[in-house]
Amino acid sequence: MTQENDIILQVEGLKAYYQMNYFGVNREVRAVDDITMTMRKNEVYGIAGESSSGKTSFIKVLAAAIRPPLRVVEGTVKYNFKNGPIDVTTASPEQIETVRWKHLSYIMQGSMSVLNPVRRIGRTFQDFAQRPLGLSGRAFEDRVVKHLARLNLPADVLKAYPHELSGGMRQRVTIGLATVCHPEFIIADEPTTALDVVVQKEVLSLIRDIQKEMGASVVFVTHDMSVHANVADRVGIIYAGRLVEEGPTRQMFFTPKHPYTAHLVASLPRIGDTQQRPALEGRPPNLADPPQGCRFHPRCPLAVDKCRKEVPPMIEVAPGQRSACWRWEDVKPLVNIAAPAGAMA
Amino acid sequence: MTTLLDVRNVSKRFTMGGIFGRKTIDAVMDASFSLSSENPEIFTIIGESGSGKTTLARMILGLEDPTEGDILFRGEKVDRHAGRAERLKFMSRVQPVFQNPFEAFNPLKEIERYLESTARRFLGTSDKAAIDKAMDDSLQKVGLSLKEVRGRFPHEMSGGQLQRCAIARALIPNPPLLIADEPVSMVDASLRMSIVNLLKSLRDDLKVSVIYITHDLATAYYISNRLIIMQRGRIVEMGDARTVLDNPEHAYSRLLKASVLSTDHAGAGKLETDPGMLDLANDSVGRAGELVARPDGRHVRVYA
Repeated sequence: MTQENDIILQVEGLKAYYQMNYFGVNREVRAVDDITMTMRKNEVYGIAGESSSGKTSFIKVLAAAIRPPLRVVEGTVKYNFKNGPIDVTTASPEQIETVRWKHLSYIMQGSMSVLNPVRRIGRTFQDFAQRPLGLSGRAFEDRVVKHLARLNLPADVLKAYPHELSGGMRQRVTIGLATVCHPEFIIADEPTTALDVVVQKEVLSLIRDIQKEMGASVVFVTHDMSVHANVADRVGIIYAGRLVEEGPTRQMFFTPKHPYTAHLVASLPRIGDTQQRPALEGRPPNLADPPQGCRFHPRCPLAVDKCRKEVPPMIEVAPGQRSACWRWEDVKPLVNIAAPAGAMA
Repeated sequence: MTTLLDVRNVSKRFTMGGIFGRKTIDAVMDASFSLSSENPEIFTIIGESGSGKTTLARMILGLEDPTEGDILFRGEKVDRHAGRAERLKFMSRVQPVFQNPFEAFNPLKEIERYLESTARRFLGTSDKAAIDKAMDDSLQKVGLSLKEVRGRFPHEMSGGQLQRCAIARALIPNPPLLIADEPVSMVDASLRMSIVNLLKSLRDDLKVSVIYITHDLATAYYISNRLIIMQRGRIVEMGDARTVLDNPEHAYSRLLKASVLSTDHAGAGKLETDPGMLDLANDSVGRAGELVARPDGRHVRVYA
């Protein structure tokens, strides 16, 4: 299906736990538990999950920002960059330094706390990008200004402080920081959560344009399924530290094969449609003490005895779509989201 | 028909800076609407950040003085300088629910302490049994119970549960009006609908009116009866929620609706906003215009 050299990221059996030892008491939080996935070049992969589902821990590992107490217990995270393959779980800090920003880049959440409030944007650009780019003085500035122009930002923002910019502009600046070195792989962590609808759409289409132009691969993390519907090529759903379903975006929305995905899709209200939306009872499990068997079973409407005892494997249920559910054949879309689209002109 | 809340030509102007470089910002300009006490409804205020929706809510709660105009609650002026007894009486009838439940509760205090102090104040009693009963009653209304909540701290609950507790706290004095400022934007996707459905059942079963402030058009369409759309402090469109959102008339309302990400074309990657629409919407910023009634009952701001 996919050729070997077409793959940019290969995650295999990744387990990353928070291991703490206070006063002789061991505590282990299994934030990432056995995730396997691959990503092709030029792909936008959406990761959906709630808070405390382990998605942030997962992308921390992807971004090679593994700091104690987070430890990789098992598994590999292999990137296939132009300057050679690298496994970030075993690479030395010097090796990671060679790929950071130039090959592997990160758009962070909350543009106000990312940018230093007492430094002008231009200085922040120097701190971030001058060394990886290896340009000096005028040449560097030209490059940055050119890049900002592509993001519809005037050159004046380099002289501004973060508080002088609007939320949308700040978010575009952080996208600029992450993309100025033309990375091959970009991790975007909830880049639009704090933005208003109009600005959100602008920023999303900008990320999409930049990705197409540079031919980069993007991991797009957000809990908002409507964002995934419009940005991602493929979507993976994380629940309680495990990947529960992944597949092409269209299939995930119209024929979900995991009850959690079906619920997430169904809980999106739409304009022009007032049918009663179901709400999922219960809460995400505590990762320090996850339930036995399938981790979704306490909240799952389809759960049977088997789900309480055995962990379902990730199996292919349709071309390109994998699901970890014992009863995937019985999963039906909860509401008809392909309803007559007349109201949605 | 008696009016519950009457907002009459309210404006708010903030002044920033000292003698040098003084700036004024018109946060809310000439807003008027009213809620009736017979038909409880969910009244939605839609707008982006900086549209004045939160300022308007703060004025209704009496946390901010209007620069011009009056806000009447059951015929009495909302006045934050009124005496303590009067303020308490008002607060027992209008209660707020805030955006982020994790910030609304002190992480070092048990959740029940908040409920308890609210109950103690508004019931005017220190009888333990009566307070417990009031707490339990209002927690039951939001689908929780005192047994579940007792002794727990905010970090032990999910965002959805905590937001329910915040709503339960607001319900203790049995207020006829709740003001909910983006109550679902900080709650996880799988729990969000439970809060939205809860607001709906408050209206239908408990006859509580809710002023629901949001920038999410989809949930607004789902639960609200009437809505107003605000742009930079001005109401640009007002009317029945379904009528307005099915077919918005003002350029800004149309832009908002077009910007809602739809799942109809999931995977197709449609993200373009019509630039003409953006210009048209921005064109109306800062122009006074006039609210005009339309035959279908809505009001739209038109510009001469």
